[in-house]
Amino acid sequence: MAEKGTWTVKKGLAEMLKGGVIMDVTTPEQAKIAEEAGACAVMALERVPADIRAAGGVARMADPTIIKKIMDAVTIPVMAKVRIGHFVEAQILEHLGVDYIDESEVLTPVDEQHHIDKYAFKVPFVCGARNLGEALRRIGEGAAMIRTKGEPGTGNVVEAVRHMRKVMGEIRRIANMPREELMAAAKDMGAPYELVLQVAELGRLPVVNFAAGGIATPADAALMMQLGCDGIFVGSGIFKSTNPAARAKAVVAATTHYNDPKILAEVSGDLGEAMPGLEIASIQPEQRMQDRGW
Amino acid sequence: MLIGVLALQGAFIEHEKAFRSLGVGTIQVRLPGQLDKLDGLVIPGGESTTMGKLMNEFGLFEPIREKVLSGMPVFGTCAGMIMMAKDIAGSSQPRLGLMDISVERNASGRQVDSFEADIDIPAVGSQPFRAVFIRAPYIIDVGSGVDVLAKFGEKIVFARQGRFLAAAFHPELTDDLRVHRYFLEKCM
Repeated sequence: MAEKGTWTVKKGLAEMLKGGVIMDVTTPEQAKIAEEAGACAVMALERVPADIRAAGGVARMADPTIIKKIMDAVTIPVMAKVRIGHFVEAQILEHLGVDYIDESEVLTPVDEQHHIDKYAFKVPFVCGARNLGEALRRIGEGAAMIRTKGEPGTGNVVEAVRHMRKVMGEIRRIANMPREELMAAAKDMGAPYELVLQVAELGRLPVVNFAAGGIATPADAALMMQLGCDGIFVGSGIFKSTNPAARAKAVVAATTHYNDPKILAEVSGDLGEAMPGLEIASIQPEQRMQDRGW
Repeated sequence: MLIGVLALQGAFIEHEKAFRSLGVGTIQVRLPGQLDKLDGLVIPGGESTTMGKLMNEFGLFEPIREKVLSGMPVFGTCAGMIMMAKDIAGSSQPRLGLMDISVERNASGRQVDSFEADIDIPAVGSQPFRAVFIRAPYIIDVGSGVDVLAKFGEKIVFARQGRFLAAAFHPELTDDLRVHRYFLEKCM
């Protein structure tokens, strides 16, 4: 008997993406450039986060027609985003056959209290987190993969670094706690106790943990890998730069050889201009995407 | 004994854990120089297009083929199985092409069709093996020198040709070490 949509199978695809780069794309042509550069998956969107930020208003799931065209254009896995709490957008994406759903703060949330019950789906979900409690709440709801939130669409990696350091630091703290302190830690973080026990035992998240939000250069990608993430999402950083194909290929190489400064130096040259960056302090508090999600 | 696991992209750490549980040392291989001391090589699951491009870019194809000519056994799982095949249906992507098998990529469908199932692998024992198939390829044809070790339904999912072994599923994602032990005992 073949069993589909099991936890092993959902988590398993994320395991296969490790050490790779998942790139935001808005057209089949961009998807092919990403695949040709060595992306291990693409995220199908109507607009990259930098354009969503610039446009303002309500950002929603992409047009299914665009998603299907991207699915037809490449052989690598295709992910797509739904608004936080919008389980009907997720039902639509599952029906389309996308390989992973990102319940994402980049889009405008529809529910200010509840995320999607991700166990209700056969398709796996990835969710953003700024700290361990948030990561474990999402896993508790059924997310089979976690990524940092960072601050999307900024080309500024400072928030992704903050979130990765926070998550890794809290894991180290939990792993060193005597067992009787874990219940209070779970209570303080607002995290499911069973998952806190798992983190204490494993010394890591029980699912794959990627970095996302502001990665713009090969060095940014290697920095996040050295901080302990399993792989990289690049949103606006590829197709908002002046030479997307070369930059995409360099970020892929840097993610594989993240510990090799000689190769990092070689692949970082002659890439043209990176995407224009945004200082986080210049973003109005209500425009900060990372504060979406609960 | 030292097993290298190709660590360009994919689930290489899980293979290392499996071999270490069997008391065998492992190293991660990203560059040609890391092949020198190996007694065997594993090509893990991941994205075969990504791996192929990085193998080209960092000059791994020829050094691996040279090691193979001097007798190095190779085991490929999922994307690794695609790299092992001489023929990939409808694709001209780069490959090692070590085994006389034809494979079809993503033959079991997209992720919503990924599955796990008990399969019989008589070569590793009479107990069923819990096999995890993720956007899995199948072997659609084998040459005369290839032993078919397991099928799922009519689809060939596990095969051996001398020192070379290929699995469409992911033995590294379960705790059952029999497939890894088989590679050490029969291919080395």
